[in-house]
Amino acid sequence: MGAVGEKPRLIDESGRRIDGRRPDELRPIEMEVGVLKNADGSALVKFGDTWVLAAVYGPREAVPKHMTLPERAVIRCRYRMLSFSTHERKSPAPSRREVELSKVIREALEPAVLTELYPRTTIDIFIEVLNAHGGTRTAGVTAASLALADAGIPMRDLVAGVAVGKVDGVIVLDINEIEDMYGEADMPVAAMPGLGRITLLQLNGVLSPNEFRTGLKMAMEGIRRIYEMQKKVLRQKYAVIEEE
Amino acid sequence: MSITPELPLIPRLKANAIMNLLARGQRIDKRKLEEYRDIEVRIGYIPNAEGSAYVRMGNTQVLAGVKLEVGQPYSDAPNEGVLIVNAEFIPAASPSFEPGPPDENAIELARVIDRSLREPRVVALDKLAIIPGKKVWIVWLDIYVLDHDGNLIDASMLASMAALLSTRVPTVAVDKESGEVTVKRGEFQGLLPINRLVTTVTVYKIGNYLVVDPTQEEEALSGARLTVAVTEEGLIAGMQKAGMDYLSDAEVERAVEIALSKAPLLIGKIREAAKGIRGEGGEASNAGKQG
Amino acid sequence: MSKILFENRSLVVPGDVVAEGDRLTLAAPFLRRVGRSVVATVVGLLTVEKSNNEYKVGLIPLEGCYYPRPGDVVIGIVRDIGVTSWLIDIRAPLPGVLNASDYLGKPYSPSEDLSKYLDVGDVILAKVAQFDRGRDPLLTVQEKGLGKVVEGALIEIKPSRVPRVIGRKRSMLSVLQEETGCQIVVGNNGRILLRCPDPEREAIAVLAIKKIEREAHTQGLTERIKDFIIEQKIKRGLIGGSGR
Repeated sequence: MGAVGEKPRLIDESGRRIDGRRPDELRPIEMEVGVLKNADGSALVKFGDTWVLAAVYGPREAVPKHMTLPERAVIRCRYRMLSFSTHERKSPAPSRREVELSKVIREALEPAVLTELYPRTTIDIFIEVLNAHGGTRTAGVTAASLALADAGIPMRDLVAGVAVGKVDGVIVLDINEIEDMYGEADMPVAAMPGLGRITLLQLNGVLSPNEFRTGLKMAMEGIRRIYEMQKKVLRQKYAVIEEE
Repeated sequence: MSITPELPLIPRLKANAIMNLLARGQRIDKRKLEEYRDIEVRIGYIPNAEGSAYVRMGNTQVLAGVKLEVGQPYSDAPNEGVLIVNAEFIPAASPSFEPGPPDENAIELARVIDRSLREPRVVALDKLAIIPGKKVWIVWLDIYVLDHDGNLIDASMLASMAALLSTRVPTVAVDKESGEVTVKRGEFQGLLPINRLVTTVTVYKIGNYLVVDPTQEEEALSGARLTVAVTEEGLIAGMQKAGMDYLSDAEVERAVEIALSKAPLLIGKIREAAKGIRGEGGEASNAGKQG
Repeated sequence: MSKILFENRSLVVPGDVVAEGDRLTLAAPFLRRVGRSVVATVVGLLTVEKSNNEYKVGLIPLEGCYYPRPGDVVIGIVRDIGVTSWLIDIRAPLPGVLNASDYLGKPYSPSEDLSKYLDVGDVILAKVAQFDRGRDPLLTVQEKGLGKVVEGALIEIKPSRVPRVIGRKRSMLSVLQEETGCQIVVGNNGRILLRCPDPEREAIAVLAIKKIEREAHTQGLTERIKDFIIEQKIKRGLIGGSGR
């Protein structure tokens, strides 16, 4: 939010958002699993113009070998934005933001993966943001969770994520880049909906305690819907073959 | 690449003792679950820094310092100063800290503090332009963890807030012809303009219990934590869940309640420490009359 | 008391609640109890058997790596030679170990060069003798039919599809062998060894196995595979060549 003063109006007279959505409406979401041949599991997830590719390898042998844990598999996670995924070119060198988000995303997935089944091994998760338009980390978590399922790695539940925000005083679901840039707050959330467990929660912005509660509730409802889409796409992969 | 860390090894006997006490609402050092350790804030600790603070929270020690430099504004905010936050966990602070560039934990800590300061506009960056569009103050806030005995984020946030409150803006000479700005080190034009005070309260989940301000040992038993930044007005100014475990809806709700209830204590500590610099009550909003 | 929420042989995905109640026997680890619910942890086919008023619920994963169990037959490839043992690639997250004394069946002199018995790249048929998580899986060839493989064709399928290639009471494997005339050894690790009378039959066997891999989750597969092989034999002018 600079002093440039070009902030667009984010909510119009009829309560619609800058891209025409209602406050509690998700962007059009597309998901596909098994999009890469070599990876053990993969997924491509699109939330509007935010496109994220996730690939999973493992459980596999750890390299170097000493970087293992005796009681569980180690998860290695990298979140990255491709250099041309943003308006200004993103330097391919890892930014501090990417370092933090790699950790936050790993910690969003750790509670879901049954790592204790595979001691002394490694599970690698690579998340590549192909096109960034807000909500890349939550799309990344959603895609990574699908890729883990596609790799056949046992999980307590799927993890789905979405960001809510406050724009022009209104709490809205699944904010896009413009709402993120000019809005008052951005709150990414990820959860295992079947178990009611929140695994990622960040707030970037200022909210009253009541606004926070409203936002969290809205996020959890959105996550429910995304979760149903995840399950559907995982089933679809096999339905397609059946029809052949 | 973020990699599952190896957790510090806590003897089972000790872990059991901690858990048994928590079940009875107690801690190994006699504290209650929602009680902070003794907090010491020494403001203006480093003479050469424009602002600084030393914070001791139990055995955790953190030093934060501010240096001001003249630089260029960001293109999307040409009339505002720039705040840059960095954190380093120095190798002296723990046998598990290695020399070298900040790791993901230090980067996360710095970014959580950065956001908690930036979003509620704690520093009045709009008052930090020297030549609008060309020269502005760059506020370098650097945090060094000196000794790690748990709860690094809250201790670092306290030190950061206190250091900013103690920060004095140097006098500058502007060459009208060339537009060159020279900083007169050691001469000051006033205090850094501060809009409001912010603190963080980090709530840790140990087993099924929620505690604040854990020691390193308690922290090693904690699966997840939620940091909540709270302004002096009682607004939530940032949040960060961390750790390999989850939080339920109810736990998040409770953690936020705890944070809102503990924040005034921490804000009070900063205010008290800043009394000598910012006047009675350390009223942030009245401070730093400077153009 | 107990309720099964999916039919036998349904496709389930992580997070699906497949059953509720207490009178249930579970095939761990791919099913987890959460309170009174039973939750799937992987994409797979649910198996439901009822006996004496009690349900036995299982889940056959459709994806996932090979994870060794003692008693498994595996087809391995020598990847490294040590002083007293070989390191064998068995497509698992941990390498197989074959001791020289086991392979040679006699004491040997450590000064001997083990590569003259088994060299890097050699293929072996072995059994998993021990695997206790603490150590890498230990292999043995001290049983009839095990040892170095010197002829045949080697193909790989997803390890999760192996049970389907073998079939219930080896039914699928019998169809494959009878209809193609090939001798087929299926490793639990998804490597399959074929010894066929001629290249045409080998090609048919490979196509049939790949078809099983692809359609593992569908029903009536054994019949379809039988028809497929006959079709292929007619197409290639081989009809009447094997058992029909």
